[in-house]
Amino acid sequence: MFPIIAKEAIAPGFWRFVVGAPEIARKHRPGQFVMVLLHERGERIPLTIAHSDPVAGTITLVVQEVGKTTMEMGTFPVGSELQAVVGPLGTPTHIERVGTVVCVGGGAGIAPLLPIAADMKAAGNRVYSILGGRTKELVILREEMAAVSDEIFFTTDDGSFGRKGLVTHALADLIAERGKPDLVVAIGPAIMMKVVSDLTRKDAIPTLVSLNSIMIDGTGMCGCCRVDVGGQTKFVCVDGPEFDGHKVDFDLLIKRLRAFLPQEQEARQRFLAQHRCRALEGASHA
Amino acid sequence: MPEETVGLPELPKKERMKIPRHPMPEQKPEERVRNFSEVALGYTAELAMMEAQRCLQCEKPLCVQGCPVEIDIPAFVDLIRQGKFKEAVAKIKETNTLPAICGRVCPQEDQCEMVCVLTKKYTPVAIGRLERFVADLEREAGEIEMPHCAPPTGHKVAVIGSGPAGLTCAADLARLGHQVTIFEALHKTGGVLVYGIPEFRLPKAIVDYEVENLKRMGVEIRTGFVVGKTATVEELFWEYGYDAVFFGTGAGLPAFLGIPGEQFIGVLSANEFLTRVNLMRAYDFPNYDTPVRLGRRVAVVGAGNVAMDCLRCAKRLGAQEVICIYRRTRAESPARKEELERAEEEFIDFRWLSAPLEIYGNEEGFVTGMRIQRMELGEPDASGRRRPVPIPGSEYDIEVDTVIVAIGQSPNPLATRATPGLELNRHGCIVVDQQTMMSSIPGVFAGGDIVTGAATVILAMGAGKTAARGIHEWLGKLERGEVSKPTWPR
Ligand SMILES: Cc1cc2nc3c(=O)[nH]c(=O)nc-3n(C[C@H](O)[C@H](O)[C@H](O)COP(=O)(O)OP(=O)(O)OC[C@H]3O[C@@H](n4cnc5c(N)ncnc54)[C@H](O)[C@@H]3O)c2cc1C
Ligand SMILES: Cc1cc2nc3c(=O)[nH]c(=O)nc-3n(C[C@H](O)[C@H](O)[C@H](O)COP(=O)(O)OP(=O)(O)OC[C@H]3O[C@@H](n4cnc5c(N)ncnc54)[C@H](O)[C@@H]3O)c2cc1C
Ligand code: SF4
Ligand code: SF4
Ligand code: FES
Repeated sequence: MFPIIAKEAIAPGFWRFVVGAPEIARKHRPGQFVMVLLHERGERIPLTIAHSDPVAGTITLVVQEVGKTTMEMGTFPVGSELQAVVGPLGTPTHIERVGTVVCVGGGAGIAPLLPIAADMKAAGNRVYSILGGRTKELVILREEMAAVSDEIFFTTDDGSFGRKGLVTHALADLIAERGKPDLVVAIGPAIMMKVVSDLTRKDAIPTLVSLNSIMIDGTGMCGCCRVDVGGQTKFVCVDGPEFDGHKVDFDLLIKRLRAFLPQEQEARQRFLAQHRCRALEGASHA
Repeated sequence: MPEETVGLPELPKKERMKIPRHPMPEQKPEERVRNFSEVALGYTAELAMMEAQRCLQCEKPLCVQGCPVEIDIPAFVDLIRQGKFKEAVAKIKETNTLPAICGRVCPQEDQCEMVCVLTKKYTPVAIGRLERFVADLEREAGEIEMPHCAPPTGHKVAVIGSGPAGLTCAADLARLGHQVTIFEALHKTGGVLVYGIPEFRLPKAIVDYEVENLKRMGVEIRTGFVVGKTATVEELFWEYGYDAVFFGTGAGLPAFLGIPGEQFIGVLSANEFLTRVNLMRAYDFPNYDTPVRLGRRVAVVGAGNVAMDCLRCAKRLGAQEVICIYRRTRAESPARKEELERAEEEFIDFRWLSAPLEIYGNEEGFVTGMRIQRMELGEPDASGRRRPVPIPGSEYDIEVDTVIVAIGQSPNPLATRATPGLELNRHGCIVVDQQTMMSSIPGVFAGGDIVTGAATVILAMGAGKTAARGIHEWLGKLERGEVSKPTWPR
């Protein structure tokens, strides 16, 4: 069992959990994730390790409530336990001094981006960050990201914070003003990673993306997470989650993410019906 | 469990041969396709004794040679005839620790029952069913005797994987007084026995029961621990302090067809489908959170045990039409005969001599159909089986909304890749010394599907046993300073 040691609401629908998992904390490298099972009847879901503390024996997970399991996890209080936390899984990010790195993050993707940006900076790179979201409150970890970036830019769909528009607009301007960076790391919703990759492909800027396909075991056993990268079938859980954004078939990934839509909706409705009060509280999140 | 039941008399050989083999009561097909409960209901004591009476008690029993773990079959069968059920289980357990499982899933018709002398002219003694009968009786009575464990040796052994190979190896080592930890990647123990083989063929309670017994013997079980990720083999030796390591990691990597359209939603590996249904209990969604998407028309490619399980699970999940696509004929199907027959009774549409050519999908990415090529049998190939060859112009299309690929599995390289110096063959299987099951790294042993490629439960158990002996010997040498734990260059 894996105890929840601390829990904090960092934005509407976003939680930061600190979980006791000494063995995982010791082995974690940026870019890796864990499979989490809340309880006996739960579903196994992948969550990126946003931070690890090998001395305290803890890992930090940042979770966005999008469906039944992530919403239910939001109801787990400090002191309760997760049935299984398995990892660290996936191939760590290749951190290297390349020169200038632009880190582009959106939504829950900002959480996994943070340790990568920090290590890129530590390796001697100049780090620019671009974070985007629908509205100001949904651009999470702003200060933490600013602390590891040489310069940081924000975009929101509604213009409530930073520049109004999409992260790609900011990225295009940054390239126009400062020249081509040596690497772009983009983590966020599949559609965001797709448009970033389309943009950088034109200028042949190497682009790393972290794919979020649906998973079960996370160890290469089921093939559920498979994606098409450069015409080859790859398993995101073992070959990834990071891939060359220019080679990923994003349209296919986006379609495959919709595989269980009716079931997800059903589970979500049932959960909301059972937890009406809590969910209403969560929605306002004051 | 009754201490002793009134047994049946020993009949003259001639009369024994006249008794026909006793069928085992089972759920009717119409009924069972609507539930996940066990199909075969098992012998009653009367039926078991009557079946046991058929055994000729051969002087040189061929059946024993047909059993990979050489159970003294005539002895335990005769004990059943005499109504001495307790003694019968004890006899089996001298060589087989998991009889309730083997009695259910062994391909008896290729092993013990194939070579039974009665097979040629009559029908073989139902060895598997008898084995299952006594094992069940013992478990249900809750009277399993704990095997005697030797005094602690102070040695620690890490067993990777909790499939039949790992469970057997752990049990034997614990009995020899070693301290054993099983490291299992999934959150449940049992390997294929829990994530692959469905409830209606092997109730999970039986596997859980065996695992509980292991715990009572002092074996520690760590689930959710992925060797190669959570810790490497080197760390198991030098940081966790183990003196030997056993790989029982199985053959869990799914094969795909490599035909166009395989990325469509609704095309899934047998592993994905069975894991969702058996391990995650998607058949009980939304009471369990993991969903499974199953259409009205399901095609399963392949005709081995794995394919049979997929076909029958799909039927039970309510698919209206379930189609089996196999490029050879029924005779070449590698499935257990009993399961193939049961699948046939369960309204599965078998298309023998058929191979998938392409999978079709719609704009949204969902599977809509499949193109199939008819085949005929040509010249025998390297395996001695006649090779299926396409019949030109025989292609036809079928409408399906789910395609399950069950064409084989190979070893999952996660743990082996993280173990430098481990010799693998070209299929990714660990190379071992057959006598000791030791790999190219001293102190690292392996057995089961990770060594042979996808095989059977009983072979994996046999390998686990052999390895336990090998490990025991190695630990002796370690104690005497004749060998030392492996080291890896930094
Ligand atoms: C390697 C990896 C790392 C991830 N790291 C994080 C993280 O650090 N924090 C975080 O909040 N989320 C992360 N995710 C996404 C997270 O796993 C999903 O949000 C979660 O599985 C949704 O489960 P649910 O039951 O709450 O929602 P569901 O009801 O199952 O899904 C709701 C909606 O979310 C989308 N979705 C479903 N499954 C996934 C998925 N696996 N990935 C992305 N979207 C999905 C679908 O569009 C779906 O309609 C990661 C995913 C991957 C593959
Ligand atoms: C659907 C299906 C039906 C079958 N039906 C039959 C049948 O009727 N009769 C029969 O005799 N055989 C049958 N088989 C074959 C039989 O199940 C296998 O041959 C047998 O289970 C192999 O045992 P094993 O212990 O080697 O491996 P497995 O049972 O595969 O167990 C390996 C275990 O190791 C774990 N593991 C893998 N990698 C790691 C790692 N890095 N760290 C920690 N743990 C790890 C896995 O999660 C798994 O639990 C069937 C197989 C399948 C898939
Ligand atoms: S273990 Fe398998 S092969 Fe051996 S006697 Fe039992 S059923 Fe037959
Ligand atoms: S070969 Fe058949 S008849 Fe002979 S001892 Fe074995 S089970 Fe009995
Ligand atoms: S999640 Fe099962 S293979 Fe990747």
